Amino acid sequence: MIFGLPVISVAIWLPIIFGILVLATGDDKNAPLARILALVGSILGFLVTIPLYTGFAHDTSQMQFVELHNWIARFNIHYHLGVDGISVLFILLTSFFTPIVVLAGWQVIEKRVAQYMAAFLIMSGVMIGVFAALDAILFYVFWEAMLIPMFLIIGIWGGQNRVYAAVKFFLYTLLGSLLMLVALIYLYNQSGGSFSILDFHHVALPMSAQVLIFIAFFFAFAVKVPMFPVHTWLPDAHVEAPTGGSVILAAIMLKVGAYGFLRFSLPIVPDASHKLAGMMIALSLIAVVYIGLVALIQSDMKKLVAYSSISHMGFVTLGIFIFNAYGMEGALLQMISHGFVSGALFLCVGVLYDRMHSRNIADYGGVANRMPVFAAFFMLFAMANSGLPGTSGFVGEFTVILGAMKANFWYAFAAATTLVFGAAYTLWMYKRVIFGAVANPHVAELTDMNLREKTIFTILAITVLGMGLYPLPFSEIMHASVNDLLVHVAHSKLP
Amino acid sequence: MTMQSLYLLVPLAPLVGAIAVGLFGKSLGRAWSHRTTIALVAVSFFASLAIFNDVQAGNVYNGSVYTWLTSGDTSFQVGFLIDKLTVTMMLVVTFVSLMVHIYTIGYMQEDPGYQRFFSYISLFTFSMLMLVMANNFMQLFFGWEAVGLVSYLLIGFWYNRETAIYANLKAFLVNRVGDFGFLLGIALVLMVFGTLQYDAVFANAANHANDIAPIPCVSWNLISAICILLFIGAMGKSAQFPLHVWLPDSMEGPTPISALIHAATMVTAGIFMVARMSPLFELSETALSFVMVIGAITALFMGFLGIIQNDIKRVVAYSTLSQLGYMTVALGASAYSVAIFHLMTHAFFKALLFLAAGSVIIAMHHDQDIRNMGGLKKYMPITWITSLIGSLALIGTPFFSGFYSKDSIIEAVALSNLPGSGFAYFAVVAGVFVTAFYSFRMYFLVFHGKERFHHPKPTHDHEGGKEDDGHAHHHGNPHETPWVVTLPLILLAIPSVIIGFIAIEPMLYGGYFGDSIFISEHHHALHEMQQEFHGAFAMVLHSLTSLPLWLAIAGVASSAFFYLKRPDIPAAIQKRFRFIYTLLDNKYYFDRFNDWFFAGGARGTSRLLWKFGDVKLIDGLMVNGSAKLVGMFSGAVRHLQSGYIYHYAFSMIIGVFVLLTARNWFE
Repeated sequence: MIFGLPVISVAIWLPIIFGILVLATGDDKNAPLARILALVGSILGFLVTIPLYTGFAHDTSQMQFVELHNWIARFNIHYHLGVDGISVLFILLTSFFTPIVVLAGWQVIEKRVAQYMAAFLIMSGVMIGVFAALDAILFYVFWEAMLIPMFLIIGIWGGQNRVYAAVKFFLYTLLGSLLMLVALIYLYNQSGGSFSILDFHHVALPMSAQVLIFIAFFFAFAVKVPMFPVHTWLPDAHVEAPTGGSVILAAIMLKVGAYGFLRFSLPIVPDASHKLAGMMIALSLIAVVYIGLVALIQSDMKKLVAYSSISHMGFVTLGIFIFNAYGMEGALLQMISHGFVSGALFLCVGVLYDRMHSRNIADYGGVANRMPVFAAFFMLFAMANSGLPGTSGFVGEFTVILGAMKANFWYAFAAATTLVFGAAYTLWMYKRVIFGAVANPHVAELTDMNLREKTIFTILAITVLGMGLYPLPFSEIMHASVNDLLVHVAHSKLP
Repeated sequence: MTMQSLYLLVPLAPLVGAIAVGLFGKSLGRAWSHRTTIALVAVSFFASLAIFNDVQAGNVYNGSVYTWLTSGDTSFQVGFLIDKLTVTMMLVVTFVSLMVHIYTIGYMQEDPGYQRFFSYISLFTFSMLMLVMANNFMQLFFGWEAVGLVSYLLIGFWYNRETAIYANLKAFLVNRVGDFGFLLGIALVLMVFGTLQYDAVFANAANHANDIAPIPCVSWNLISAICILLFIGAMGKSAQFPLHVWLPDSMEGPTPISALIHAATMVTAGIFMVARMSPLFELSETALSFVMVIGAITALFMGFLGIIQNDIKRVVAYSTLSQLGYMTVALGASAYSVAIFHLMTHAFFKALLFLAAGSVIIAMHHDQDIRNMGGLKKYMPITWITSLIGSLALIGTPFFSGFYSKDSIIEAVALSNLPGSGFAYFAVVAGVFVTAFYSFRMYFLVFHGKERFHHPKPTHDHEGGKEDDGHAHHHGNPHETPWVVTLPLILLAIPSVIIGFIAIEPMLYGGYFGDSIFISEHHHALHEMQQEFHGAFAMVLHSLTSLPLWLAIAGVASSAFFYLKRPDIPAAIQKRFRFIYTLLDNKYYFDRFNDWFFAGGARGTSRLLWKFGDVKLIDGLMVNGSAKLVGMFSGAVRHLQSGYIYHYAFSMIIGVFVLLTARNWFE
């Protein structure tokens, strides 16, 4: 409880209320006020989520901080919130990134400042809602609501081709969501009139129904992750989105897909999950290898980082569908780390883009000569992206590879190729952008990072190194829930 | 101070130095930057000495510092294993590092990246110490990759030079290929043994000696599979054929790091690792055979390449490759202590040779071509004498350190009876002649003969981006380098001479390593050597009647003849045997093949996958295709909504008719 208010509700609604306040500041005359209000709101939003970590009981897999109220009694729909070891870290990740994107857009966004900041604050609350909702309809509402601010962010503050990207993003993800809604309603009927996700976990289902539900969920979640072959919206969305949009997209929004697999697919349809695990593993490994290769030759920095994101998310889905503790905890750790690292990399590209208005690798070269501080930060995040031990990027990849080895040597073999490919595409880009002699007069005029940028990058650097050197605080919080999920998944639900 | 805090102090002192100078180098200034890092590395060295004394007294430590991660039922620790093997490595690493730190003051004097350089080499020292002090595979891998990172940063230290940033990317990626195998080996260890702690794995290893590896589709022996996977990692880090390609290019980095990282310490990590894993490798003759043959190929064929190099650093680099091959051969012959012994002697004399080469390079105003040198002994007496000592140690002159370690390797191989030992024996013996030849070719061309530096040929400048115009006008004569440069040379020359004589008896035959190295009773090479060993002096007497010493003498004599008396002959040979020369000059075409096949192949495949898979198939056909399909369909359907009532009425009648029919049909 915070001042007598339930923690999760505060975490959801505080940023949304601040978002509305920011909107109320009106047009760009009041932009400074909007910025400050947004920063205060986002920092408060982060602070109020901290009790979720400090007050979290490690030894139980039960939902904690539960809030349960009637919402629509006619359909037995509840305002039902709670967190367990699987969701709690994502809530913190979400609230952690909101102040960062507010700061990242501080000077860069000059038009419709209030709307821009408000969109991020509202999105933050809504995404926390996605991770905390335990009622299927509440979840669905948050799930869809999350799309709207992102759609606006890409569509209004995006690049040249923003409308194509926004529509592609919207349609792609909407297609999956509708199928999910059908599955949820089916489950409502089967469970005897409950929309509680926890009740869904105990509904017996025949195999044919399980497979259909799995496929419906698959479309909703796989698009978000995104898994091969429904990934092509992501590079376009990233390329067109403003930096802040890319950061949230990569750091948080991709995670809801994988979270969905853990919260819905695995526990609700365990038999179908086992049956189709082969396909999921194959798609994951394709993502790691194929997308890793595709990333290699991208000429657009943002596209490269976007493809690298997809490749790293392949580790997440691989870890989930090999059904052992290493894999699953590795997947969760990989998601957290990927949030930090990909967010940081998009911010790096943003720093360059703000100065040169180009994302093209060929337009750069020798940036280290002009921006040594930036080059050092970028190096750290590039190395984290290559999975260097001592950075957070290593922890998840390492654990997932251990899990894959337990499942099948050749899975681990294919996954471990990322050691080479990941380093190749990241460092080759780094070489062409940062190293070398000053390539052209535009590079020669670059100025190094300002205090605001340094602050953002220092926070992220500490996080990336901290998690790499001491990941235990991240992993011990998830043990009980992961073990419970593994036990649950091992039990057949066939009637 | 307790021993445990002393253990912590050893790696943390250089880390503190690296962070302090890395973050605050600008405000600290040059002098305080080097003072800080040097003082802290010295602390680390003296702490290692204290630990050495403690370990000599029989204290072995194996304990964890903190729990890094728990997952499943495994707990991953960060911890130290301090035994004879570890402490030997700690001493070598901290001593050479200290020398290189001091030397750097002179060598990097004018470089704008002075502080950055000190930060990097201190960071390297930390990483290397974490590697050798690890008591589990996870931390080993951490150190393993961290030294790779620093090596990457330092090879590309002069990031304005295209060759340097090409070389550092290449080094990192080739090492990653090795690490790919290494990581799989570690994962296999965890899966089979359920832990990554050395002691638990080694204690259990014998129980799995005859298991089949849990790898679908193949039936390999488990321990062989683990060992070969781990050794692939060593092939990357220790630059063994065919993953050796990165090491010669790494010479793009400043010379101090060539000495520290690419000669004395990091590249020997693979050798150390295999020695550490001796309880595993001893269970697999297949793996040992593999190790020996790879080492033999590297020892001999990389030596050949040293003969035709004209860049002073590249000669030393190829010699390093060849010597690493010798160490690897010793590992394959189960003579782990001999390999570590050679690692130690090599660290001293090779660091010495590199630093001496750097001293020459300073005097030559960063011209590295040995064809432009000659007669330098007159101008640089300290560099000259120390270089001579290093070269004599390298070729195995009796009483010098390299003699004892190299001769022991040759003997161990002679006594080995694994498949491939015949070839390995031939390679290491023939290698003696090659080593003597290229070492003294360089020595004579640099320090003796005509002074060729007054009329430099136009050469490709390799070092010192900003000194580009420096070598064009060689005013006056070269002169000896300042004391910060020559002091490390002298301090390294001392162990290069005496360490072999002192250490051979305890290290090889006195049970120095104790339990830290395990040798199976089936592999008795070292045991037989012990029977025949009658002291360091007797070994010299014995060598007078054996082949290697005479081969070394022949190597020196022929290079003296070719390069001092008749310099026209090498040119003639080069013309006559054009084919061989071209083959060597192109380094057996490995680089070109790798560039074409792996780098080019990967780019080609990527382009194909992207253009065809993502752009055409998924986006073109599936995504935009379905959008088009919807568009076409709605275009067609639009015609139905004509707005005429009679059209709608007609459709309704047809619809009712169809529905009724269908209903009757199903009933």
